[in-house]
Amino acid sequence: MCTVCGCSEGNVRIEGELSHSHEHHSHDHHTHSHDHDVIDEQGDNLHFGKGPAHAHVAGMSQSRMVQIEQDILVKNDRYAAINRARFEAQSLFVLNLVSSPGSGKTTLLTETINRIKSERKVAVIEGDQQTANDADRIRETGVPAIQVNTGKGCHLDAHMVGHAMDKFTDLEGGILFIENVGNLVCPAAFDLGEAHKVAILSVTEGEDKPLKYPDMFHAAELMILNKVDLLPHLSFDVEKCIEFARQVNPEIKVIQLSATSGEGMSEWIEWLDQNRKGMIQNRIDQLAAEMNKFKALI
Amino acid sequence: MHEMSIAEGIIQVLEEQATEQSYQKVKTVWLEIGPLAMIETEALSFCFEAVTRDTLAERATLHIINTTGEAFCMQCLKNVPISQRYDSCPECGSHQLQVVAGDEMRIKELEVE
Repeated sequence: MCTVCGCSEGNVRIEGELSHSHEHHSHDHHTHSHDHDVIDEQGDNLHFGKGPAHAHVAGMSQSRMVQIEQDILVKNDRYAAINRARFEAQSLFVLNLVSSPGSGKTTLLTETINRIKSERKVAVIEGDQQTANDADRIRETGVPAIQVNTGKGCHLDAHMVGHAMDKFTDLEGGILFIENVGNLVCPAAFDLGEAHKVAILSVTEGEDKPLKYPDMFHAAELMILNKVDLLPHLSFDVEKCIEFARQVNPEIKVIQLSATSGEGMSEWIEWLDQNRKGMIQNRIDQLAAEMNKFKALI
Repeated sequence: MHEMSIAEGIIQVLEEQATEQSYQKVKTVWLEIGPLAMIETEALSFCFEAVTRDTLAERATLHIINTTGEAFCMQCLKNVPISQRYDSCPECGSHQLQVVAGDEMRIKELEVE
């Protein structure tokens, strides 16, 4: 799948997308032609289409060397920067939740939403290869959710998130959770424009996961150890797990909780609140500095 | 798994550059990949061959230049070599390391015509 728009073998769909064509957003960045429908609608879901990138070889000439020094993920990063600017403009606090499948992300989300939805706008982008099951679970809490099916894709990319964002109205000052595809490998490489990555690890997994999947734990600001209510029945060594996580990321914060029993949930809600405020404060400081700079010019 | 996306990304860069630098065919690609770039180079070579079919880089040779990883050790206050995210400082054993190099993944050079 193309890191830019999910074209090629990826079969991505975003719920609620109405267009079949590729024309509703600018693709002037593409130099390859799209002789296929890239976005396909199925009910409330949207598929990013498929079909390989085609380019044709024309004339032949002398071969020569070209130095280009270009980052391969530059396009994803460009989209991520656009997303980030968009989030900032709305003071929208965005978290990219990453974990293995079955770590309890969706349950954690529904429990979190139930605790904060009365005082804060909340929305969710759900990434899965197939089905809208998770988005349905989120919608039961009453907050808007958009399901993005990545098809064969193993991660969400910034372009998909940009599309999904178009589906929401008025999230100003709120919190957007992006539940990435359950995968501890690929999502680490793709910036979505989020404020933070949050890695969720359940105690039913091995405590050495941070060492087995170091890139993910390195990229995350916060590790949530979920399902701690099950600890009495397991041989999971919490201290060791935290130690392993700090080996790959000395700065990582850790919150132990159980979305089912509610233990530790208040610490997590507090973290959300503090960091959301912190983000807005940073923005205020930035704008104030800019304003002072301009005032000095009058 | 995401090596396929990365290979697609390479093709896009090549196509973009084809217009800018006016070439029609790519014969060789030199990639610089660090040990911390989350790339399995064998998988990438395999994907590269698959995605270049019917593109301007069909049958192009892919050369991967493996760079080395480096981190700043907060105990020793200097840069030390590392090859994994969870490596400790080879001199003092500390894990208080800040990666400074080795996560790059870029196209360095092309042979085109």
